[in-house]
Amino acid sequence: MEADKAAEYIIEVENLMVAYDERVVLDGVDLQVRRGENMVILGGSGCGKSTLLRHIIGLERPEAGRIKIRGRDITVMREEEFSEILTKVGVVFQSSALFNSMTVGDNVALPLREHTRLEDSTIKIMTKIKLEMVGLSGFENHMPSELSGGMRKRAAFARAISMDPEILFCDEPSAGLDPIVGAELDQLIIKLKKALRMTIVVVTHEMESMYAIADRVLMLHEGQVMFYGTVDEFKSSDNERVRQFIERRPEAIQQDESGRYVRALTTDSF
Amino acid sequence: MMPDKSVQRRGFFARFLGGCGRWGLGLVENVYFTYQLILQSMYWTFIAPVTGKGLRVGSSFEEMVKVGVNAVPIVCLISFSMGMILAMQSAYQLEQFGATIFTADLVAVAQTRELGPLMTAIIVAGRSGSGIAAEIGTMKVGEEIDALRSMGFHPIKFLVVPKLIALAIMVPCLTVIADFVGIAGGFGMAVFSLDLGFSRYLNPTIFALVFKDMITGLIKSFVFALLVGLTGCYMGFKVEGGAEGVGRRTTQSVVVSIFLIILADSFFTAVFYFLW
Repeated sequence: MEADKAAEYIIEVENLMVAYDERVVLDGVDLQVRRGENMVILGGSGCGKSTLLRHIIGLERPEAGRIKIRGRDITVMREEEFSEILTKVGVVFQSSALFNSMTVGDNVALPLREHTRLEDSTIKIMTKIKLEMVGLSGFENHMPSELSGGMRKRAAFARAISMDPEILFCDEPSAGLDPIVGAELDQLIIKLKKALRMTIVVVTHEMESMYAIADRVLMLHEGQVMFYGTVDEFKSSDNERVRQFIERRPEAIQQDESGRYVRALTTDSF
Repeated sequence: MMPDKSVQRRGFFARFLGGCGRWGLGLVENVYFTYQLILQSMYWTFIAPVTGKGLRVGSSFEEMVKVGVNAVPIVCLISFSMGMILAMQSAYQLEQFGATIFTADLVAVAQTRELGPLMTAIIVAGRSGSGIAAEIGTMKVGEEIDALRSMGFHPIKFLVVPKLIALAIMVPCLTVIADFVGIAGGFGMAVFSLDLGFSRYLNPTIFALVFKDMITGLIKSFVFALLVGLTGCYMGFKVEGGAEGVGRRTTQSVVVSIFLIILADSFFTAVFYFLW
């Protein structure tokens, strides 16, 4: 039974707690991602969704809780072991994060050059194939600064899939791009998934992207899980926050403790 | 966290203690960060290559060209001027005792023991130290460091170690060049306008210089190189919050590395003077 579960879930997050200084960012988040599934982490700005992603890919260590990838806890793992897991993981960052000092081709080839012992000619061919998959063939010798925002994102996808990862993480794939390019990137994610049979985890705040990509949704609000289930369940949910998100209603402005504190600061004898 | 009323009512003393605590914690954190930076740089330079984790030789050479070869013209120009200035200033004083002949000794010793290493280090701090801070800082702001780590690459191995190796090798080399060019500057000034003959300048120079002068200068320049490199990397990794943060840390890297260079210089000069 235990082994079955490990095989079924490629990512397991249990009771994840994250706090910066005294501000709680994630408060007991649970998440399971099945192999081959498209999981979308949804939520408004500052809800902790990017923080959750940064913890799953091991860029930061949590206060408490467990994160397992392929059944192994990465929070207690040694660095060597973890970098081995990372070779099977691709990440597309919000700002693309291409290395600006290298050409697009070198960016894509870098993981292959460093992690494998392949011939240079083989690496060149593989780089070409990856760039073709994202629709950037012929751009090997361009510098990242010569590309548009959408093309940089595509190049970032090519780099993320260069090692044929099992899991692909995307942080806000369509952030800062126009709706057409954004929709094209959603299509790209689905196309890559079909071609490479990856598990996909996408962090976004855009409903259209979510509907296009997701099998299941995890919605965060102020560091807590607000909704966790399939897309159909999400649409029919009567949770107040979920409805507000779907219907795009603004928050009612209310005076809370911090408002009183600000008033005290500004009117008292300071 | 909502601040409760009692926080606002706390007196001056409590706030003073709180400030001290925060400052102390910040200090401890920075010292620990520096310690980790140095420790891991040493690990990835000396231990990791032996255990088969590799060293980025190619990018070390690239960095050597950037910090070393490209700095040769400016180092030459400044050292030549420095040599001429030294010759004129020492001649000005030595004339009064009719000892102009000792200009050669003074220039040679001052240049190799002190001004060669010092001026080279200051040039490198301004040229490369700031460049390192800006490069790493920009990479941090653009999530490039996160990208490196997410691909299983260690940022110290990829970014810091090649730069440190390049500096540790090239700054002493630049210093040797600076020494020669500086002496040549003093020589030019002395021969063409201080009425000292060709051999009357060259022979005392060769005679005055001992091996120790050169060695102490090179030891210093090696230490300066590491200080410049580590300060640049430290400031780069400490960048926060966009382009403005990069600018601030870049400036800081130059100020701090020049300060550390002078501090280390006084220490080493004292050690060499009193103990060796």
